[in-house]
Amino acid sequence: MTLHEGARAGRRVDRLLSFNGWLVFAFLYLPILIVIVFSFSGAANVGIWGGFSLRWYERMFGNEQLMKSLQNTLWIALFSTIISTVLGTAAALALDRYRRWVGRGAFDAILYMPVIIPDVTMAVMLLLWFTQIGLPLGRGSILLAHIAFNISFVAIVVRARLANMDPVVEEAAADLYATRWLTFRRVTLPLIMPGVLGGGLLALTLSLDDVVITSFVQGPGATTLPVHVFGLIRKTVTPEINAVSTLMVTASMILVFASLAIQRRE
Amino acid sequence: MTMLREQDDSPQEAVNPELERKAERRESWRGFFHAVPAYVYLIVFFVLPLFVVFVFSFASRGRTGRPILENWNLDGWTRLGDPLVSTIVGRSLFVAVLNTFLCLIIGYAFAYWIATRPKQSTRTLLLILVLIPFWSNFLVRTYAWRLLLDSDGYITQLGEWTGLWGRMLFTLPAVFLGLLYGFLPFMVLPLYAAIERIDWSLVEAGRDLYASGTKAFLKITLPLSRPGIIAGSILVFIPSLGAYVTPDILGGAKTTLLGNFIVTQFGAARNWPFGSALSSAILIVMVAATILYFRSGARTV
Repeated sequence: MTLHEGARAGRRVDRLLSFNGWLVFAFLYLPILIVIVFSFSGAANVGIWGGFSLRWYERMFGNEQLMKSLQNTLWIALFSTIISTVLGTAAALALDRYRRWVGRGAFDAILYMPVIIPDVTMAVMLLLWFTQIGLPLGRGSILLAHIAFNISFVAIVVRARLANMDPVVEEAAADLYATRWLTFRRVTLPLIMPGVLGGGLLALTLSLDDVVITSFVQGPGATTLPVHVFGLIRKTVTPEINAVSTLMVTASMILVFASLAIQRRE
Repeated sequence: MTMLREQDDSPQEAVNPELERKAERRESWRGFFHAVPAYVYLIVFFVLPLFVVFVFSFASRGRTGRPILENWNLDGWTRLGDPLVSTIVGRSLFVAVLNTFLCLIIGYAFAYWIATRPKQSTRTLLLILVLIPFWSNFLVRTYAWRLLLDSDGYITQLGEWTGLWGRMLFTLPAVFLGLLYGFLPFMVLPLYAAIERIDWSLVEAGRDLYASGTKAFLKITLPLSRPGIIAGSILVFIPSLGAYVTPDILGGAKTTLLGNFIVTQFGAARNWPFGSALSSAILIVMVAATILYFRSGARTV
């Protein structure tokens, strides 16, 4: 939409808005930047600059518990992303491409609930359920929980993509005697691929970041990096946490740029 | 509408309604089969757990705090009326409402500013700058404030230097700062989407008819951005109400919110039935808020 001259805010208002805008950006970025800067400080005290040093990174990579939890995090994130992307994409197809089937309305409602439910409630629900059915808590239970909240996010992203896609191309493929599988493989899937990848990246990010739900359904010896760090922060703050934080922010940034690149590629 | 419908002029379809019905039934099964894996998964790992929480809220409390499925009672629910509980619920509601309001005021001005930049490339760039903190790890972002607000943190030093504030860590203002910081991007994105879609010629028409800038904003721009306001408010209000990480890291004993209180019931307090009742209560509020959202959304869109 182009802006009409007459609709623009007055010059004074606009200047105020700009001031507020840059202030908000400073508010959003300065805290993260400070953590990143201090992760390279040699001082043992978190808030004091002690010259450039990589000692906290060395210590982080040498910390066996931390590395074990990082390994768990990556394992859980990988599998929960793959499984939830497949299930979520199929669910989005079912809702967007097929208008009438048994239980469609209920499914539509259930699918959106994990997105709006507060983390704490979801965590409580899953803990009660897992203990009730006697499922041992550990890496497996964390994976099951992550898939449960990720399916919905993937389905929403893919569905948005499907909604913008003209079914005419699929009909054309069918008219040319393509089988359903061939139509899906060669027409539908390539067209919704940005949505599938975007949903997958969102699932990956959510899985890598989750603290609350994981801290409820984790078991002895099987925790994830964010939950481990959360425990550390609650005890004492050490510069090592700055290094881990920088690592996690870097991972998030890579994922943002990956998802932007996917959307660009249209 | 089905995915691969026959052409409308297909003679078969016109002649044989039986065949058409059969095809329709087949389509319906196909849709169902696509959904089945996710459907079953969500029933097993979402709907049944939801049901269990509700059932357990009526169970009695065992010695370890785990629920015993006999002597069904309403204790968990009646405890919601305790003065201690109502203080915490009241505080959580206050925090969630005020945080939503603060995010709305700051986020609106911010989203409006981004959406009214004349060049598309500027808008895209600014939006990417909002997306980065939005995608960044929530725990890390909260932890950053733990550093800033600690006794030798920069914010504390600034406050002491100006004489305006002291150490804020473990107080309610610190929790507010953390929540505002954590959830502001959730408000900005839907607001931006709504404001960017506004047809500015309507605002211009208002101005041509001698509406003042303020009046045109209140009567035209603001109502047109209502879907964004509602979506953003829901996205901030629900997680603020159930917040756990932020008050845990930045708050203290006097700033316990509903989220922390629920977690305590499953940990130190060992009262799972009461914790289940609290969770069910949050769920009910959430469902009510969502229904309100879809109702008002339906009216405006």
